[in-house]
Amino acid sequence: MATTTTTVPSAGPVAGSRSFLSRLREGDEIARIITFLFAASVVLVTLLLVFELWQGSVLPRHKFGFNFFRTSVWDPIFDQFGALPFIYGTLVTAVVSLLIAVPLGIGAAIFLAELAPARISDTLQFFIDLLAAVPSVIYGLLGVFIVVPLMREYIQAGLKHSLGFLPFFQGPAYGVGFLTAGIVLAIMVIPYIISVSREVLLSVPRDQREAALSLGSTRWEATWKVVVPFARGGIMGSIFLALARALGETMAVTMVIGNTPAISASLFSPGYSIAAVIANEFTEATGDLYLQSLIELGLVLFILTFILNGLARLLIVATSQRGGGTGHL
Amino acid sequence: MKRITGLLLAVLALAGVLWAESALSINGAGATFPYPMYSKWFDEYHKQHSNLQINYQSIGSGGGIKQVTEGTVDFGATDGPMNDDQLKVFHDKHGFGLLHFPTVLGAAVPTYNIPGVDAALNFTPDALAGIFLGKITKWNDPAIAGANKGVKLPAEDIVVVHRADGSGTTYIWTDYLSGVSDEWKTKVGKGTSVNWPVGLGGKGNEGVTGSIKNTPNSIGYVELIYAETNKIPYGNVKNAAGIFVKASLTAVSAAAAGKAKEMPDDFRVSIVNAPGKAAYPISSFTWLLIPEKFSDAAKRDAIKGFLKWALADGQNYAENLSYAKLPKEVVAKELKAINKIQ
Repeated sequence: MATTTTTVPSAGPVAGSRSFLSRLREGDEIARIITFLFAASVVLVTLLLVFELWQGSVLPRHKFGFNFFRTSVWDPIFDQFGALPFIYGTLVTAVVSLLIAVPLGIGAAIFLAELAPARISDTLQFFIDLLAAVPSVIYGLLGVFIVVPLMREYIQAGLKHSLGFLPFFQGPAYGVGFLTAGIVLAIMVIPYIISVSREVLLSVPRDQREAALSLGSTRWEATWKVVVPFARGGIMGSIFLALARALGETMAVTMVIGNTPAISASLFSPGYSIAAVIANEFTEATGDLYLQSLIELGLVLFILTFILNGLARLLIVATSQRGGGTGHL
Repeated sequence: MKRITGLLLAVLALAGVLWAESALSINGAGATFPYPMYSKWFDEYHKQHSNLQINYQSIGSGGGIKQVTEGTVDFGATDGPMNDDQLKVFHDKHGFGLLHFPTVLGAAVPTYNIPGVDAALNFTPDALAGIFLGKITKWNDPAIAGANKGVKLPAEDIVVVHRADGSGTTYIWTDYLSGVSDEWKTKVGKGTSVNWPVGLGGKGNEGVTGSIKNTPNSIGYVELIYAETNKIPYGNVKNAAGIFVKASLTAVSAAAAGKAKEMPDDFRVSIVNAPGKAAYPISSFTWLLIPEKFSDAAKRDAIKGFLKWALADGQNYAENLSYAKLPKEVVAKELKAINKIQ
């Protein structure tokens, strides 16, 4: 009954003629106000978060200023705090994890959506959803007991042997470090990429495929040149979801990254991430400057996420515009 | 039948809650290391004084100091004593002081994983400081080998593992290294988290132990209780009297007794490298932080009563939970200090 008036209440002549009170009685206005409040609360919480982080980090902002981002000494005893190694560690582990997870995740999603029989696809999807719901500490344990020994005994030794001339694969093999953290993160974010990408691929209209096939393309050509570009926006979305999770992941990272605030080109060396250092040091942080520096790290993580998300949007816009041109190939 | 029992239990629980509300409730927060001891004490004391309920939240030493300073809890607890600046902040805010009361003792022990070496290694202070400063990098370094005649140490790189999370164990360990090495004292210092010159960070005692088990030729430190309950082998450390001592509850208490004579009136003292042949050198008190003045007389009397009990009868529970007891000399001094609470 009310479905006709819900669309644009203020624009139509019907809505205009009815009083605010009558709309209130019918419930439309109440629903609008309540749902608006719910939506507004998200913005409010975000603003409150930024405000709190800003307020809570007055001391280090004044004392270190921009040097907080440039220096790499983290010394609670002598009150010297620099965030650079943590920013570096956060970015490097996130990038490594995406380098591994994106090809694997999208490849798996293509198989599940386009190539696999529905029964297999649905069964596998069930397991993938299950993986996405596993708590991160479990992945951390998996990392400590399986990935770390494997890395030290075989993978790092093998990489050093074959690609040791690159600066990324040098130095002693501890098992823990950027690479291990990146791999564990990749395992954690792959289910997100598969899940979302598969849904997006499945929602590509059937006639797109049929058109491609009718023009004489093979099944793979139809998938790779028509379906995947059509779903590009959604696939990008899944990658940024994965990136967000990788940036903020705390427990699993701290268990395998080595927790050493150092910057090194080698992926074998131990590092530290922003989320991990906050979780590790917050409870025992004595002294206001120390505590507030940790809060400023939280602000840094927030800004980092914000910037990367902004860049992600730009990338989506840029590629979807170009997508119109390449679609003819 | 089951339902009636359930209902009855619910009513009883509700009555219990209401009844407990009417009783005196004291809140504290702080260090995690003594939490099992404190929770046992508060529980036992509650059994004897049913109208007094002491609640303790183990949120960490930093949180304990912060909350007691802000006045959101009645007392705090810390693994490292507060420094003069922190005490001044408390005094400026409240107009009276904050007292430290040692309750039990903890210790940190060196643990390692060297393939082919099963013997308990002997560590000199210089060796430990050198290893953790990153100056001694090989296991067969003369500084280590010299104290371990007859043990074949490999020419392998030493991998140092330390705690990544802020912890009282780190405080004890760095307090010791500051005590035996001037270079450590000026370059690194002591605290619940420090800027480590070398090494990997593990989260918690279990994280450090896991890293050491996983990494050949590694060394780290863990809390004595943790090493004992998990049967982790650990090394001996040379004490101030020149004797290599294996950590034990009695050796830790002996360290506190060795320092009892020089005990300052505010109990903020380090007992690392204490004199005495039996003393284990890497140990420390853990403290309760009690304000000097209470506006509520009932609370004041309750806390004083509890402290007296904890220092006397309470100490008997310590060893069952693997904490080292306070030596008699310290207890006597503390009992006098309780009178400062007004």
